Amino acid sequence: MIQVQNLTHRYGDRTALSNVSFEVRTGEIFGLLGPNGGGKSTLFRILSTMMVPTAGRALIAGHDVVRDSAAVRRQVGVVFQTQSLDKALTVEENLRAQGHLHGLRGVVLNERMERAMERLGLADRRRDLVETLSGGLRRRVEIAKALLHKPQVLLMDEASTGLDPAARRDLSRHIESLRSGDGVTILLTTHILEEAGRCDRLVLLHQGNMVAEGTPAELRARIGGDVVVLQTADTALLASKIEQRFGVRPVVRDGEVRVEIANGHRFIAEVVEAFPGVIESVGLHKPTLEDVFVDQTGASIE
Amino acid sequence: MSNFFLAAATLWQRELVRFWRQKSRVLGVVASPLVFWLLIGYGSNDLARFYSGALVLTVMFSAIFSTISIIEDRREGFLLSMLVSPAPRSSMVLGKILGAATLAWIQGLIFLAFAPLAGVSIHLLELIPVAAAIFLISFTLTGLGFVIAWRMESTSGFHAIMNLLLVPMWMVSGSLFPMSTAHGWVKAIMWVNPLTYSIALLNHTLRFPNAAPGEMESLVVTAVFGLVLFLASGIMAAQKATHSAA
Repeated sequence: MIQVQNLTHRYGDRTALSNVSFEVRTGEIFGLLGPNGGGKSTLFRILSTMMVPTAGRALIAGHDVVRDSAAVRRQVGVVFQTQSLDKALTVEENLRAQGHLHGLRGVVLNERMERAMERLGLADRRRDLVETLSGGLRRRVEIAKALLHKPQVLLMDEASTGLDPAARRDLSRHIESLRSGDGVTILLTTHILEEAGRCDRLVLLHQGNMVAEGTPAELRARIGGDVVVLQTADTALLASKIEQRFGVRPVVRDGEVRVEIANGHRFIAEVVEAFPGVIESVGLHKPTLEDVFVDQTGASIE
Repeated sequence: MSNFFLAAATLWQRELVRFWRQKSRVLGVVASPLVFWLLIGYGSNDLARFYSGALVLTVMFSAIFSTISIIEDRREGFLLSMLVSPAPRSSMVLGKILGAATLAWIQGLIFLAFAPLAGVSIHLLELIPVAAAIFLISFTLTGLGFVIAWRMESTSGFHAIMNLLLVPMWMVSGSLFPMSTAHGWVKAIMWVNPLTYSIALLNHTLRFPNAAPGEMESLVVTAVFGLVLFLASGIMAAQKATHSAA
């Protein structure tokens, strides 16, 4: 449904996106995960036809986002990170105006609006001015607005940013029902691990480069076994000693030494035994997407 | 084609609804030119001389107020979703400019209610050319605002342009002193200043004596200027971005 081929973008001399390629299949929930400045927003702007890339190309439903942007715009619904609603208008007025921009009118538009408000639980707020709505409700209006023209693809930029946990869960429920109920393909950008974990597949972006691609489970499986986190006064010293003794490559980050290793429980016993009195605390967990990101880039996401 | 007008009409309507819900805007836009006019007019004991200038200032303030919103609106607002909709950019430009021009026009008409203070009495039939002239000027100044605002990254840039370009442009347009008494190089600026022709057009339709340049000339220059700005707005908006302010 979405094909991204060798996409590169530069702002002056700064490379924001470097030779990125991936494919999103129909009906997938696909995530772009990475820290701010990783290239997600640049990619989002290119896919939503707001910006022309420096090199490479992207196709949505078979249409080139640059040469055939009008066709792409008919197939794509866009939910922005920043608000794209008119705060001085009511929910209904915003939806109606959006429908008109898509050439919808009359009975057809009324039906679509009803349905969109119904499914996003906005029906009782239809006459409220947008400026009186909470962040979570506004985001739902944004989604309702993006769905009016029945797009095949929904692009969402950091859609859950600024929402409280309840609103965030609510949002992901709506996203899931769009995919399963309507077969909409969804591409979302996020820097929230929990949200990324719910995607079918992910691309990890760091400094404009694609560092990994796969399902959340596949990505986690790249790190065999466990992640052991050690706290100590001199992290660099401990890391080099562990490297000498165990032949593994620890990562020092945020005042901690992280070791990826199979059979972490055994390693913990050995490492504490080997350096008595040096280690202040020990933690063990199964690999998270954050660990995968650290493993691939040495940097953290959040 | 019907989609073109549907999109333009919905934007036009949006401007009007927003305006209606923020009625205090009317006060802000009409009040300051009114105060300037009354102070200068009573101070110099010649309300009539400054009337057209003050009315054009009202229209200009309104046009600036409406178009300055483009800057924010494009980054965080309704314009964003317009930019990714299949509606042609030209319909968006038409809707926005006509909407903003309508608001400027309404405020110009409100200012017109003070005409009797300037010793001008307008009969009902005469109202038509006056209202038409005010609309044309509104359209032109909105186009000017659009062209300036479209490339702007921040509203503070717009304020700088307003103070360095738009207000001086208004000062040397015949609003404060007539072209006939102006000094050499100022006179030359007045000749090339499109706003001079807007003020003259208004002076003609309000039947003020000694309006210069001529009536036909003023009409043509104002209309051509408006059209050029409108086309420039359309061309600018249709360009594809390789850089985004957002």
